[in-house]
Amino acid sequence: MNKLSDVFKDHKAFVPFVVANDPDFDTTVQNIIALAKNGADIVELGVPFSDPVADGPVIQAADLRAFKANVQTRTIFEIVSAARQETDVPIVLLTYLNIPFKYGYDAFLKKCADLDIGGLVIPDLPYESRDEIVPTATKYDVDIVPLISPTSGGRIEKIARDATGFIYVVSSVGITGERDDFYHGLAELVKTIRQYTHVPTAIGFGVHTPEQAQKLAEIADGVIIGSAIVNIVATEKQDAPAAIASFTKGIRQSIDAAQQVILK
Amino acid sequence: MKTLLNEEQIDTQQAGRYGNDFGGQYIPEILMSELEKVNQSFQTLKDDPTFKMELQDLLINYANRPSLLYYAKNMTADLGGAKIYLKREDLNHTGAHKINNVIGQALLAKHLGKQRLIAETGAGQHGVATATIAALLGMSCEIFMGKEDTERQKLNVYRMELLGAKVHAVTSGSKVLKDAVNAALQEWASRSDDTFYVLGSAVGPAPFPEMVKYFQSVISQESKQQLQNEENQLPDMVVACVGGGSNAIGSFANYLDDTNVKLVGVEAAGKGIDTGQTAATIERGSVGVFHGMKSLFMQNSDGQIDPVYSISAGLDYPGVGPEHAALAEAKRAEYVGITDDEAVQAFEYIAKQEGIVAAIESCHAIAYVEKVAPTMSKDQIIVCTLSGRGDKDVASIAKYKGVNVDE
Repeated sequence: MNKLSDVFKDHKAFVPFVVANDPDFDTTVQNIIALAKNGADIVELGVPFSDPVADGPVIQAADLRAFKANVQTRTIFEIVSAARQETDVPIVLLTYLNIPFKYGYDAFLKKCADLDIGGLVIPDLPYESRDEIVPTATKYDVDIVPLISPTSGGRIEKIARDATGFIYVVSSVGITGERDDFYHGLAELVKTIRQYTHVPTAIGFGVHTPEQAQKLAEIADGVIIGSAIVNIVATEKQDAPAAIASFTKGIRQSIDAAQQVILK
Repeated sequence: MKTLLNEEQIDTQQAGRYGNDFGGQYIPEILMSELEKVNQSFQTLKDDPTFKMELQDLLINYANRPSLLYYAKNMTADLGGAKIYLKREDLNHTGAHKINNVIGQALLAKHLGKQRLIAETGAGQHGVATATIAALLGMSCEIFMGKEDTERQKLNVYRMELLGAKVHAVTSGSKVLKDAVNAALQEWASRSDDTFYVLGSAVGPAPFPEMVKYFQSVISQESKQQLQNEENQLPDMVVACVGGGSNAIGSFANYLDDTNVKLVGVEAAGKGIDTGQTAATIERGSVGVFHGMKSLFMQNSDGQIDPVYSISAGLDYPGVGPEHAALAEAKRAEYVGITDDEAVQAFEYIAKQEGIVAAIESCHAIAYVEKVAPTMSKDQIIVCTLSGRGDKDVASIAKYKGVNVDE
């Protein structure tokens, strides 16, 4: 059984992202619950890193807020554990490789399995280095979610063939952060991926409006939204859960609308 | 087909690995296709006679190579021990060893059809070298430099602008070299179609450490030949300063197989190795994965990268090249720390003894030579690399000494 890919089986998935411990422990737990209750299919929880090279200013700032509230690696697991009292929503962690490396891959992945964390998205782990952690992840039945970008070209086949969980399709070149224009060949890119695998695809990087979410959900099996939600946390702080709930409802509707468009 | 892919995978993995497990490629997928192109192109061109001729021509006729191997008679007499030779990379065009690597990478970029060079810089030497080559080859150039470093090295910022480069002051993180690398990587991820990232040190994902070593090896290729001509023997010890480790790996490269030659890398101990304000990565760091490589890094127990400190902007980096990590592990090279105070003392010492104003980075190596030479016998020989000239440091050293100079 593979819980992450099951999520995409009968409908388009919404995968929202928040940074763990931004702005504090309790708010993050409530944010996860609010996301789960209002239409998130998978919650992607960001592990703060001192040097997030794949992330733009919005997520960099969130990481700094999380550090200000004294986040440590164990805090991440405590947050998930607290959220697990209320929700069994599938959770994936977005983490730079050095965090599980220092924790010890085995201990980190065992902890993930114990807390029903279904996968890890590791932005600085390309296909060539997957042996670093994939064998241990497989042992604990945790998916290492690969990324495919508009620049992947000849690399798509090998990445897609070995993918499990879902494939994170990067919407445009560059770093995370809201944007109004995506790579124009996204539909073609997803089509190419589907030639090699049945593992579902979710598009992320820069998505911030319901209209964009609907359009991308018509192309892929799911949509990932990060910076837009992190921005809500930045503005609303401890009041973020309510604001996130209403944002999530809106996105849910637009993604379901994409589903209707396709069914027609 | 499946086996073919696996073999390819093994090849790339082994090619960029040093020692047990250092090196590798840990970088976002967005950059991997470009990195593959750079690697293929480098592996082909490094054995290509035309490319080697172009490189040779620029090294000789533009960068002023070979650089002198200078017998430091006064220092030798004053210290009363080993005979001291200085490999004068400070006499290269642009005043540092950085030009060797930059010429190589810029030629590679040209072969790849790139129009635009980007680079990180700490002290500014690598940025100046990149801006220089961009001007020469008619390419556009943007340099990323930590805001704190732009303040420590104002003169170099102006030099880069004079050469036609745009300098971005990086305000994220601790605003030093590490953050400049982050920003340059981000820029490359956003725009790799026409842009080549000229990485200045022997760090980053494969093939950068190998490439930088290849282009910097000219230092030890020359020094070995020059000493042979002068003394008809190998040195007993080779000393070079280590930040990321590009001048050191170039200084060591041609002696790696000569196991009688002792190799010493000198790291910046900052205010002291035990003060927490240090950049002595090999002595104080632990294994981690950062900036595209597995190597040694200054980091906390959670794997968050620690801010580091050194008076020298060029050594103020929380990691070290993977081959140095492997050389330290294998005990083929020894790595020692020199404090700010010791380096500043060496800055004054070499100026007064030899009439050479050396870069504060290089003065870390000189300070070690001052310590070790008296313990060696007079028939022994040290080759110490003077990686750069110190004009850029005069104002900040004056300030360190409490002297007010009007720039």
